[in-house]
Amino acid sequence: MTESHTLKAPSVVAKRQRRANQRRTLFYIALIVVGLVAPFLAYPVFLMKILCFALFACAFNLLLGYAGLLSFGHAAFLATGGYVTGYLLASYPGLTPELGIIAGTLVATLLGVLFGVLSIRRQGIYFAMVTLALAQLMFFVFIQAPFTGGEDGLHGVPRGNLFGFISLSNNLTMYYFVFAVFLFGYALIQRTVHSPFGQVLKAIRENEPRAISLGYNVDAYKLVAFVISAALAGLAGSTKTVVFQLASLTDAHWHMSGEVILMTLLGGVGTLLGPIMGAGLVVSLQHILSQSPLGNWVSVMLGLIFVVCVLSFRSGIVGELGNMYRKNFK
Amino acid sequence: MTLMKKTLAASIAVAAASSMAMSTAQAEISDGEVRIGYLADMSGTYRDLAGPGGLSALEMAIEDFGGSVNGSPIVVFSADDRNSADVGANTVREWIDQRNVDMVAGLVASSVTIAVTKVLEENNGLGLVSGSAASSVTNEHCTPNHIHWVYDTYPLANGTAKAVVEQGGDTWFLLTADYAFGHALEADVTSVVEANGGQIVGGVRHPFPTNDFSSYILQAQGSGAKIVGLANAGADTVNAITTASQFGLTQSGQQLAGLLIFLNDVHALGLEATQNLLLTTGWYWDMDDQAREWSERYFEEVGRMPTMVQAGIYSSTMHYLKAVEAAGTDDPETVRAQMAEEPINDFFARNGRIREDGRMVHDMYLAQVKTPEESTGEWDLYEILSTIPAEEAYRPLSESQCKLVQN
Amino acid sequence: MTMIFGVPMAVFMGQLTLGLVNGAFYALLSLGLAVIFGLLKIVNFAHGAQYMLGAFAALLGFRYLGINYWLALILVPLVIGGLGMLVERFLLRRIAHLDHLYGLLLTFGLALIFEGTLVNFFGVSGARYATPEILQGGLNLGFMFLPTYRAWVLVAALTMCLFTWFMIERTRLGAYLRAGTENSQLMQAFGVNVPLLITLTYGFGVGLAAFAGVLAAPLYPVSPTMGSSLLIVVFAVVVIGGMGSILGAILTGLGMGIIEGLTKVYYPEAANTVIFLVMILVLMLRPAGLFGKEA
Repeated sequence: MTESHTLKAPSVVAKRQRRANQRRTLFYIALIVVGLVAPFLAYPVFLMKILCFALFACAFNLLLGYAGLLSFGHAAFLATGGYVTGYLLASYPGLTPELGIIAGTLVATLLGVLFGVLSIRRQGIYFAMVTLALAQLMFFVFIQAPFTGGEDGLHGVPRGNLFGFISLSNNLTMYYFVFAVFLFGYALIQRTVHSPFGQVLKAIRENEPRAISLGYNVDAYKLVAFVISAALAGLAGSTKTVVFQLASLTDAHWHMSGEVILMTLLGGVGTLLGPIMGAGLVVSLQHILSQSPLGNWVSVMLGLIFVVCVLSFRSGIVGELGNMYRKNFK
Repeated sequence: MTLMKKTLAASIAVAAASSMAMSTAQAEISDGEVRIGYLADMSGTYRDLAGPGGLSALEMAIEDFGGSVNGSPIVVFSADDRNSADVGANTVREWIDQRNVDMVAGLVASSVTIAVTKVLEENNGLGLVSGSAASSVTNEHCTPNHIHWVYDTYPLANGTAKAVVEQGGDTWFLLTADYAFGHALEADVTSVVEANGGQIVGGVRHPFPTNDFSSYILQAQGSGAKIVGLANAGADTVNAITTASQFGLTQSGQQLAGLLIFLNDVHALGLEATQNLLLTTGWYWDMDDQAREWSERYFEEVGRMPTMVQAGIYSSTMHYLKAVEAAGTDDPETVRAQMAEEPINDFFARNGRIREDGRMVHDMYLAQVKTPEESTGEWDLYEILSTIPAEEAYRPLSESQCKLVQN
Repeated sequence: MTMIFGVPMAVFMGQLTLGLVNGAFYALLSLGLAVIFGLLKIVNFAHGAQYMLGAFAALLGFRYLGINYWLALILVPLVIGGLGMLVERFLLRRIAHLDHLYGLLLTFGLALIFEGTLVNFFGVSGARYATPEILQGGLNLGFMFLPTYRAWVLVAALTMCLFTWFMIERTRLGAYLRAGTENSQLMQAFGVNVPLLITLTYGFGVGLAAFAGVLAAPLYPVSPTMGSSLLIVVFAVVVIGGMGSILGAILTGLGMGIIEGLTKVYYPEAANTVIFLVMILVLMLRPAGLFGKEA
């Protein structure tokens, strides 16, 4: 009955939707092409480090950018994934790397459920503080538990053979595996964000009381987002351990939780490309500075970036570029 | 098009030529350069122990050697490991992958060393470890690709603890840093004390690092032990010693035994707080003419007297370069074998030789910190009491768990 | 000897006393944080760095200007507090209208800058600051030998805490402050210069941190990283006490010092961790902290 009346509007919406989809497809293709070509232009191990941290930052961004929850304890998941995978691969030589990674991710997921249940009802600063405290407890566990090697860390993790027959000892092979893992994690985040579930998350972030009054079980939605984020952070940690063949307390320290915030903030909170760029920039900065005479100034530089970002660059690089694009070309 | 073809052809020719050059050079010096990477804590807790001063020692060795080996120049890279195994291992991996580094020197924190030597083993590199304390570096973590040069926890316990028990300090309370190195030292000390008729009456494992030692010092006071042994290192040791003096530990009749104390720690703490402390050292700048002569040269360059680690970096690098020269190659396996063939007797090491587990054994020394009255200068800090012969000082191969040792 | 839970009575009492001394430190530091949070709603992540700056100012002041300990105890909090006011005026104010988490992130960045810069000039080994002459030596309490300086720290820190509590809860200025926390617009309408009040409050909180830093200088090695290890512990104290609660911060600080001290006897490995365990337990049972008001 009202068909003729509303026909035009959906077609416009559909057109816009289609254009957005096209843009997104183009973006994915570009991302994949860049990823495939990159190891021929730069040192693959360095790129793998960026990919692992990019995945970590994307996972973190899912929570901060789409659910509005600032976790100050995400290092715990990164380290848990890393330690579990490292321990299993080092102690059971028959285990293939993908199984080790899956196991590490699973344990990180379980930890995510536990942390989530304990912290999800708190908001804002309290949420940040509870996650920080829980991560500190995990740090203690990692120092005390016999299987982590304590302060010495876990060393000599074999890269092994993927599916039992593809040797990962070659950096290029390893790189493509890591890239595949990254794409998997990234696609999962994309899927989550653009699903109805993701829409509800955004609604909660924007106006929680309204979401409650609409009948959504807000805590359950937040918990699921938290667990997905923890699982992917664990996946990043597990993969990182296979690449570098070690797991250490550096990954569990609260400074790591601070670093991932920096990466996300710098690249752009709540954007899909931002965390990747943020991770790339921070890792490159550390890498370049550590081997230069300015090596000792790394933490000062990171601090400056933090301050500048917060003061005048709050949407991050990607966010600011997006704003500029919208202002000037639309 | 034609231009492109031409350049392509030219570049193929160049590539072929260079790969031929590579294959002939393989038997000699790879890339026509001896490339050394210096990895150490340049900014953290162990900065004064090795740090930039160790790099100066390394550069001195290269300069004294003449700057090149058989006509191939010696190139040095350096990096700060920030005491992180992660950073250290990645740096060395990149050095090997990207820059074909032939040898890695320095290596301080045990956790970094263990991670780095695993990378070296996998990629067939060579590491000369000068700074690390853990005896596990050449025990359960030994590889054919590294040599441990200066000291380790075994002689520290053996030298200091034995001497203290013999002087009548037969009841001990141990303050242990709660990580692998501390545990190793604690175990070594316990067995030495008990073997010599002493007794461990108590102990406490404190978190690493610890800021406030007052509670632990109080527990040590309450234990009634004659000796309070410090199985920790660096800032923790310094902290513990200062707190002990604030609480009047020594006035109440107890004595401190520092198990891992470096020249720079004593220098920083001052003689007032450390006088009469017994310690074991691998080397001391003022121990004889040879050592003094080198140290004075070093002092002119750096402005501080060298620690045993910094002297060890010079000594190990020199020995390495000589071996490269003698073998005519920088291939790690050949050089490692060549190094083991030559005994080491220089300003640093006496009766030194490299065992199959990678341990360089040499004479160690039992020293005592001078009193402010005895000291004649800023760096006049130790008196050498006795020499522990090389073959007695280190863990005997018969007790080794190293995979390279046939037991 | 009388034993308490398997530990000699004397040792137990000694640990309680030391716990109290450390607790006084925690109280002083968390008090500063609580004051800042109460009015500005900012989680001041630079608090540890500001404490460290206080210790460094005392050290450098003595080394280069010959400023003695007693003078430093007065001057340093003023100088560092002044620095804090500049930070508030030119940085924090610009983001005051945003989510409070931005304040946390900004101060985190500031902490990295302060620490990193000093590491470059002074390394991390730590320098010594001599204990003032009259406070050397110790007191025999019967069950333990307490260095006089630690006794002084306890007295000085507690006095400062009480003074602060009195000022906020019992004076006109304090009343303005509390009213400003409740409703700053209304206060502004009444003619109170709220922005100035905020600047002063931040400066005061920072000054408290610097005061604690001067007190700590003769106790611990003065190093650029001395604050960062303490910072998250102090945070935990504030959260347990209830964010923004003055009395909560003081009492929880003392309590946590004692709990930590006892942990050092029974399970020393966990001494750095026990506070976080307490924090999680408290937040499970009382989401707003022990002394906090339910929002």
